[in-house]
Amino acid sequence: MKDDRPQRPWSGRKPPAGIFQDRRWSGSLTAFCVACAAGGALAQGFAGLGTDAEGFALPAPNPEFDYPADHGPHPDFRIEWWYVTANLEDANGRPYGVQWTLFRSALSPGPSRAGWAAAQAWMGHAALTTPERHFVAERLARGGIGQAGVEVAPFKAWIDEWRVAGPRLRDVTMEAAGPDFAFALSLETDRPFVPQGEAGYSVKSQAGQASYYYSQPFYDVAGTLTLPEGEVAVTGQAWLDREWSSQPLARTQTGWDWFSLHLDGGAKLMAFRLRDEAGADYTSATWIAPDGGPQPFPDGAVTATPLAEAEVAGRAIPVRWRLELPARDLDVTVAAINEDAWNDTAFPYWEGPVTVEGGHEGIGYLEMTGYE
Amino acid sequence: MLTAGLQALLSHWWRHPFQLVTLLIGLATATALWSGVQAINAEARASYDRAASALGQTPRPRITAPDGVPLEQEHFVALRRAGWLVTPLIEGRLSTEAGSVRLVGIDPFTLPPADLPDALEGDTALDLSFLTPPGQLITSPATAERLEGADLPPRLALDGIAPGLAYADIGIAQDLMDMDGRLTALLVLDDQPLGRPPLEEVAPGLVLRPPAQGGDISRLTDSFHLNLTAFGLLSFAVGLFIVRGAIGLAFEQRRPVFRTLRALGLSTRVLLGLLLAELLVFALVAGTLGIALGWLIASLLLPDVAATLRGLYGASVEGALTLRPAWWLSGVGIAVLGTLIAATASLWQVARLPLLAPAQPRAWAMASERTMRRQAVVALALIVFAVGVGLYGAGLVGGFVMLGALLVGAALLLPLLLHVALRLGARTARTPLADWFWADTRQQVPGLSLALMALLLALAANIGVGTMVSSFRLTFTGWLDQRLASELYVSSDDEAQAAALQEWLAPRTDAVLPIWRASGEIAGAPAEIYGVADHPTYRDNWPILAALPDVWDLVARGDGILVNEQLARREDLSPGDTMALPGWETRVAGIYSDYGNPSAQVLVGLETFDTRFPEAERLDFGLRLPQGEADALARALVEEFGLPAENIVDQASLKAFSLQVFERTFTVTGALNVLTLTVAGFAILTSLMTLARMRLPQVAPVWALGLTRARLARLELLRALLLAALTAVAALPVGLLLAWVLLAVINVEAFGWRLPMHVFPADWALLGALALLAAGLAALWPARRIATIPPSELLKVFANER
Amino acid sequence: MLVVEKLEKSFSGGDRPVPVLRGIDLTLDASRTLALTGESGSGKSTLLHLIAGLDAADGGRILIDGDDLAAMDDTRRAALRRGTVGVVFQQFNLIPSLTVAQNIAFQARLAGRNDRDWDARLTERLGLASHTHKYPEQLSGGQQQRVAIGRTLAARPKLVLADEPTGNLDEDTGEQVLDLMLELVAETGAALMMVTHSTRLAARMERRLHLERGEIRC
Repeated sequence: MKDDRPQRPWSGRKPPAGIFQDRRWSGSLTAFCVACAAGGALAQGFAGLGTDAEGFALPAPNPEFDYPADHGPHPDFRIEWWYVTANLEDANGRPYGVQWTLFRSALSPGPSRAGWAAAQAWMGHAALTTPERHFVAERLARGGIGQAGVEVAPFKAWIDEWRVAGPRLRDVTMEAAGPDFAFALSLETDRPFVPQGEAGYSVKSQAGQASYYYSQPFYDVAGTLTLPEGEVAVTGQAWLDREWSSQPLARTQTGWDWFSLHLDGGAKLMAFRLRDEAGADYTSATWIAPDGGPQPFPDGAVTATPLAEAEVAGRAIPVRWRLELPARDLDVTVAAINEDAWNDTAFPYWEGPVTVEGGHEGIGYLEMTGYE
Repeated sequence: MLTAGLQALLSHWWRHPFQLVTLLIGLATATALWSGVQAINAEARASYDRAASALGQTPRPRITAPDGVPLEQEHFVALRRAGWLVTPLIEGRLSTEAGSVRLVGIDPFTLPPADLPDALEGDTALDLSFLTPPGQLITSPATAERLEGADLPPRLALDGIAPGLAYADIGIAQDLMDMDGRLTALLVLDDQPLGRPPLEEVAPGLVLRPPAQGGDISRLTDSFHLNLTAFGLLSFAVGLFIVRGAIGLAFEQRRPVFRTLRALGLSTRVLLGLLLAELLVFALVAGTLGIALGWLIASLLLPDVAATLRGLYGASVEGALTLRPAWWLSGVGIAVLGTLIAATASLWQVARLPLLAPAQPRAWAMASERTMRRQAVVALALIVFAVGVGLYGAGLVGGFVMLGALLVGAALLLPLLLHVALRLGARTARTPLADWFWADTRQQVPGLSLALMALLLALAANIGVGTMVSSFRLTFTGWLDQRLASELYVSSDDEAQAAALQEWLAPRTDAVLPIWRASGEIAGAPAEIYGVADHPTYRDNWPILAALPDVWDLVARGDGILVNEQLARREDLSPGDTMALPGWETRVAGIYSDYGNPSAQVLVGLETFDTRFPEAERLDFGLRLPQGEADALARALVEEFGLPAENIVDQASLKAFSLQVFERTFTVTGALNVLTLTVAGFAILTSLMTLARMRLPQVAPVWALGLTRARLARLELLRALLLAALTAVAALPVGLLLAWVLLAVINVEAFGWRLPMHVFPADWALLGALALLAAGLAALWPARRIATIPPSELLKVFANER
Repeated sequence: MLVVEKLEKSFSGGDRPVPVLRGIDLTLDASRTLALTGESGSGKSTLLHLIAGLDAADGGRILIDGDDLAAMDDTRRAALRRGTVGVVFQQFNLIPSLTVAQNIAFQARLAGRNDRDWDARLTERLGLASHTHKYPEQLSGGQQQRVAIGRTLAARPKLVLADEPTGNLDEDTGEQVLDLMLELVAETGAALMMVTHSTRLAARMERRLHLERGEIRC
C-alpha cells in the first residue's frame, strides 16, 4: 500500500492545536502567543507546515522501544512530548483533574548546538481542574542552557521549576505551579509501559502519517493540590503518554477528539478521532487489559458521536459524547466534569477530566482541538 | 440677521486688509513659535519612548549584580528552575567603524511579547535566523543604513524601532559584547507562580531593584525640553502682544460701528457672539498657517536639536518630523486660546459699551496712573515671590517659576519706570516744545506699554541667554584646553597590543599616560571610573574646582579620589567627605569640572585602579609630545606600528568636535532669540499704528500752533526711539538677572554644573542698537503718515469735535 | 402707537444727579407726525433716546404698541429697534465699510424683512441710484443723510424717530431731505417724531411739543 519513500506520517497527539491549522499560521501569527520570536520558530516546530521531514528522522513500523533510553528526548525527530493526565479525588470524593505536559520541538534538523544556539524549543502546560474552576499555566524555554530538558537515569523532565522526577519513570513526583494554583503528586506503578498502535507505531491517517507512541496508564497517585482556598490532599490514577515524530497531520485534518479512560475493573481505553474536512474521520483505539496487554483497533472500529455542546471561550465545544467500540461490546456516555476546561494557551484547546457511564463505569481525560 | 451683522463686521477687514494681515501674522507667528517648539519636543520624546520601550512599556523590577557588573548566566537558570519568572537581558554599546549602536539582547522565549516594541510584536521577524548564529540585528531603517558594511550579523530593518538601537537574540548579543555566559540583568515578570523561594536563597549576592521611574534619558533631557518649552512660551507671549495690538486696533476703529449695530437692533449677546465667531475664524486660519510655519521652524531646527541631544546626552532622536494629530490639535488650540486671551479685554469693553457715544473716541488702552500703580504693586509682589523661590525653592521647575515671575514682574513694572524716567526727563526741558514733547511722550506710555513690555521681555531674554551662552563658551574652551592636555590619544585593540604599543611609544614620546577605564555603579547610578597616572600633565592642567591640599599626592597614594562636579552636586560631596565605591570606601580629595558629560565620573590613582578593577580593559593612552610632532607620530603609528587610524585621535580634532557639539547646543536658543526679537519689533509697529489714529487730535493743536508736519513726524520718531532706549536700559538688569538664574540655577539643575558668569558689554551695545533699529523701523511708517497727512484731515479734528 | 407717561431721567453730574426729564407725558398715533423742539440741553435728544430704547428711564413708562419698554430685556429692546422703531441720527451713523446699497438694505436685513423692490424704489426716490456702489466717505453730507433715512425706512418701522436729521446739512439740502422723509413716512404709514431746534422745520409737522428744562411747554 505504500510507495517506497518513507511514509509521510505524522505525529499526532497533542501539540495543542495548530498542527493542522496552516491557514491560521500563515494568516495570523499574532494569534500564536509564543512570543514573537519563538513564535515563528515554534510554529514551524510544532506545526511543521508546508515542510516535509527533510533532515529529520521518520517513524518506521515495528519499532522496538528501549527503556529507559526512549523515555528521554529524541532530538532526531522534530517533535515530542511527555504528557501526564491524572484523575484525582479528595477525602470527600470530590473529583479533580491535573495535566502536566512538556513539549519539545526541534527548530532545525542536524546536530544540536550548545548554549543559546541550541535550536530546541520547550513548552510546558500545567492545568488543574475542579468541578467549578479550571487553572492553566504555560512556560517556554529553549534547550542548551539547562532551563528545560529531560534526563533518563535518574528520570527527570523539567521546564523552570516544573518537573516530573524520580529514580525511575515508574516512580516519580510531579510538580507545577501557576500564579493561583500548584500541585505536588507522587506517581507510582509496577505495571509495564504499553505500546499504542501497531506495537508502538501509531498511524494517524489513511495516507499513513504516523508516530511512535507508548503509554503508562496505570499510575497510582497521591499528593497535594494547592488552590486559592487552600491545600487539598488527593489520591487517584494517572496516565502518561509518550509520543514523537517529525511530520504533521494530513492537511485536511482539522482537529481531534482524544479519549484516555480508566474503566472500573482496571481496563483502560485509548481512543481518538482525527476529523477530516475532506473525507471520513480517522479513528484509532487501544483496549488495555488490567495486566497491560494492548489490543489495538484499526480505523473505523471505534465511533465517537457528540451528544451535547457547550459554549466555551466563544466556541461550541462538544462536552458529552457517545463512544462505541462494538468489538469490546462498549457503548458509553463520556461527559465533562467541568465544561469550561479551556486551556487558554498559545494554541488554545480543551483538556479536562470526564466521567464514563453506561455499561462500563469509569473516569478519564478528554482532549479536543481544532474547534473554532 | 446674523449674516447681515456678520457682513457688517467682516466688511471692516475688507476695507482694512493691512490690519487683517497684521492680526493673522501676529497670531500665526505666535502659534508657529509655540507649535514649532512643541513639534521638536514631541519628536524627541517619541524617540525616547521608543528607546525606553526597548525593554518593555511597563518598567519591570530588575535583578542585577550589586556593582553593576554582569551577572552569571547560571543565575538565570537557577532562578527559573526555582520558580522565578525572569527574562535575561544584555544591554551595551556596540562600537563599529560605522559608529556605535545600543545593543539589546533578548530571549524571545521568556520575554513577554507585550514587552517588545510594537514593530516586533506579532511579527515573524524573530525566527530561526534571529535565534541561531550568525543571528540578526533588528534596527530602524536609518540605523541599518548607517551600519551598512559593518562587520556585524545581518541587519533586518523594521519601521518603528528606536533609532540607534539594535535588537539581537541573547546568545548573539553575548558573542557581540564578549559576554559569554554572562548577562547584564534579569527582568522580573508579572504573574509569578506560587511557592517561590526568596531571592537570596536561590541567587545569593544578586540584588532586586524596583523598576526605574521613567527612562534615564527622558529624565536627563527633561531639562533641555523644559528650556525649549519656556522659550516657546515666551515667544508665544510676545506674539500675543501683536495679536492684542491688532485686535485692539480693529475693535477701537469699529467702536462706532458696534454702536450703530446696537442702535439698529443687534443685541449685545448677538454682537458678542458674532465677534467671537469672527475671532474664531481668524484663530483657525492663523492657527493653521502658524502650524505650517511651526512645522517649517521645527524641521529647520530639529537636526540641530537632534545633534545636541546626541552629543550632550547620548539620546538618539530621528532627524525627521512625524505628523502627530495631537500636535495639530494643540497648535490650533493654542491659537484659539491665544486669540481669546488677547481679545478678552476688547470683548469686555464691547459687552459694556454704552449705547450712546461719549463725546470723544476714547483711547482703548489709555490706562490711568492708578492702573499703573496697581500694576507696579503686582510687579513688586511677583519680584518678591521670585526672590523667595530663588532662596527657598528647588529644582528645575522652581528655577523656571522664578524666571517667569521675575520677567512678568519686570514687565509690569516697566510703565511706572518709564513714567518716572520721563518725569525726570521733563525737568531738563528748557523750551515749551521740549515740555510738550516730554509730557506727550508720557501720555503715550500707557498705549504703548504692551508693546514696550514685549520689547523688554525679548531684550531681557536675549541678554540673559546671550550672556549664558557666551559665558559657557568662554568657560568651555578654557576647560577644553585644560582637560585635553595630551597631544594625541590612542587606543589599542587588546592587552597584548597595548603592551607592545607602550613599548613602542616609550622612546618616541615625552610621556605615555595610561587611561584605564571601568564602568561601575556609584550611589545607584551608572558611573565611569578612570585610573590616571601621577604625572605633571594632570597636576598642571586638570580643571580642579575645589580640593584638599596636595590633592594629586593623595590620589597617587590611593588616599583619595577625584569626582566630577555632576557627581559632587548630586551626592552633595565636598573635598574631605567619605564616599562609597563598589567594594571599597574612600574619600573625596577634589572636585573637577566635567562639562558636556551627563554621567558621574571618578578619577582614581593608577595603583588603586589596578587593585580594585583587575578585570577592566587597559587599552587607552594619552601621549605627551613636543609641539608639532603629533601628526608625524600619528602617521608613524599607522605606518610603522600598524595601529588602525581610527584608534588615534589628536587633540585638535577632539576639541573641534567638542566645540561643534557645544555650538549646536545653542543654535536653537539663538534662533528662537532672533525670532522673539523680530516679533517684539512687530508688536511695536502694530501698537504705534493703533495709536497713530488717536494721535491726530493730540498732534493737531500743536500743528495749528505752528509746528510743521515734518517736524512733528521727526518728534514722533524720536519719541519711539526714546521709549525703546529707556526700555532697553530697563531690560539690561533684568537680562543679567536672567543670565544669573540660567547659569547658577537652571544649568545646575539641567546639566549638573555651574558656570562662572562673564559679562559682554559689547553684546549689550549691539542689542541696544538692534532695539533702537526695531523701534525706529516700527515708528517710521506712522511718522511718515503724520508727515504726509493732508491738512484738511488735521482740520477735521477741530470741525468734528461735537 | 406711542404713549409716554410721567417719564423721568437724570444724569449723574458730580455729587448729585442732575434731572434732565421731569415727568414727560405724550402720545403719538400711527401716521401722525410730531416735532420736538427745545434748546440745547433741554432734554429732547434724551427723550428720543429713551423712546428708541437706547437708554433706560429712571421713572414713568414708555409704551410702544402697548408694550412697556421698561419691562423689556436687552434682547427684546434690540428686537424692537430692529423691527418696530427706526432711528435717523444726526451723525448719520452709517457703516463705513459697507456700500450705499448695503447700508440701505442693512436694517431691513437685520429685521429679516428685506424687500428688494422697496429698496430699489427708496434708492431711486432718495436720488441715490447712481451711488449704490460707493462707500459713505465718498458721499456728501446730504447724500449720507439720505442713505441713513433710506436705511431706516427700508425696514418699514411703525415709528420713525429722527434726531436733528438735517442738523448737519445746509438749509436748502435740509429742506429737500425733510420733504423726502415726510413723503416716504406718509407712504409707509409710520408715525414720525422729529427732534429739531429749528422752528421752521418744526412747523412742517402736524404737532409740536416744546421742551424746556426737562418739561413740556406747549
